[in-house]
Amino acid sequence: MSSTENIAIKFEKVNFSDEGLHILKNITGSFPEGKITTLVGPSGAGKSTLFKLCNGLKSPDSGDIYVLNQHIKNYNPIELRRTVGIALQSATMIKGNVYDNLNLPLDLQNQELSEDRGKELLKLVGLPEDYLYRNTKDLSGGQRQKLSIARTLVNQPEILLLDEITSSLDRVSQEDIEKLIKRINETYRTTIIWITHNLKQALDVGQYTWVMMEGQVIETGPSDILNHPQNEDVQRFVKGEAE
Amino acid sequence: MNYLTLSLTLIFVVIPLILSKTLKLGMEKDTIIAAVRSIIQLLAVGYVLQFVFESESMIYILLMIILMITAATHNAQRKGASIKGIIWKLVATFVFIEALTQGILLGLNITPATAQYIIPISGMVIGNSMVLSILFLNRFTGELNNQEEQTELILSLGGTPKQAVYRQLITSIKASTIPTIESQKTIGLVQLPGMMSGQIIAGADPVQAVMFQLLILFLLLTTAVVTSILLGYLSYPTLFNDRMQFLDNHLENDN
Repeated sequence: MSSTENIAIKFEKVNFSDEGLHILKNITGSFPEGKITTLVGPSGAGKSTLFKLCNGLKSPDSGDIYVLNQHIKNYNPIELRRTVGIALQSATMIKGNVYDNLNLPLDLQNQELSEDRGKELLKLVGLPEDYLYRNTKDLSGGQRQKLSIARTLVNQPEILLLDEITSSLDRVSQEDIEKLIKRINETYRTTIIWITHNLKQALDVGQYTWVMMEGQVIETGPSDILNHPQNEDVQRFVKGEAE
Repeated sequence: MNYLTLSLTLIFVVIPLILSKTLKLGMEKDTIIAAVRSIIQLLAVGYVLQFVFESESMIYILLMIILMITAATHNAQRKGASIKGIIWKLVATFVFIEALTQGILLGLNITPATAQYIIPISGMVIGNSMVLSILFLNRFTGELNNQEEQTELILSLGGTPKQAVYRQLITSIKASTIPTIESQKTIGLVQLPGMMSGQIIAGADPVQAVMFQLLILFLLLTTAVVTSILLGYLSYPTLFNDRMQFLDNHLENDN
């Protein structure tokens, strides 16, 4: 990352433990603003936990986190979560139809989403407009992921965290989501941080990457570092994932 | 009824004992313990009540109510042990419901301010409130465990802790109060309520007995709804910290 770029999220010696397990170990580094950064690494590396720290669902045991140059402790938790939106791997839906789910972020603020805005969001994420009143039970896995992203976008977050949103999808749906991620980044200049298992996705879509293993950041830099990793463990991981 | 006729009723304990022994159900020990405990506990309560009624002292009435609330709290807290400070939340709930119901009954002169009325009615109100608390806590901790992803979703979208558990709270309040409301719909058609039956056996006018039973039924409606709502609203804030983070470890080992 060049020194002229602004920083979206910065970590300084961040540690986090849960139930006696040291999950994040001395994390230091940053995510550039307005770019797509991918977070790769084996399961249990602490990637999802790092996301929860970024949007304040958890707090670190020690260390400092800065979001858009402001210390995370200085944010009101609600304001932070609307600034740093997160789409979780599970794409949890509330009971009801697509509109009920899209309206949820506004409903929490006693506001209402207009039908036009709802359709606009569906169009953005590549879902047919006439799905607006369809029951979410009738959606496929890929459609739920798209809806989950659209719902997160309702709050107009400046930073969007995407947690393994393509891992359970078929190739066509994966490509749809990849295009969508690029489109959101280009349309809104939203900073996107994306956890993915797929190194090809990281190379094709991401501009920067973080490789995490066992709670530590091993390598960071332009996505191309995945083609020539320095660290032996990363080399083995890249080889394993690529096979 | 005298002690001789009471002892004859032991036949109703002997019948299940013989059946259990013959069919090898293995329930003899529990049956005997249950019979002995009910004899001792109820006779003790009978003598205590006799003493309290005769003394006509408000202090003894108050002591009886404190005893009931203590026993009810002890019983109910096991179901909500995972919720921080559940003992005091239960005590607050029972004290509030007792003060509310007795306040209305005595304040409006619906029942006289004597031990004969205050103690049995308090027993029914606190006992019912205890059962409702157990039903509510059981359901609420279950809902929170099952819907943890939904709680996380709402928090992640910028919802408040109350919004994050609102659906679980409402589901649990409804689920715990529905049995009370439903049972009242068929009351009298299937079985006569215990208190009313007792009064009729003791020689009271059936219409008077019915009127008292109605009073109790209405009291129990209030008890059910107020208990669940109060306990729910006292409990949910302790599931979050001041950064509005869900303390999911508070829900483990709740049984």
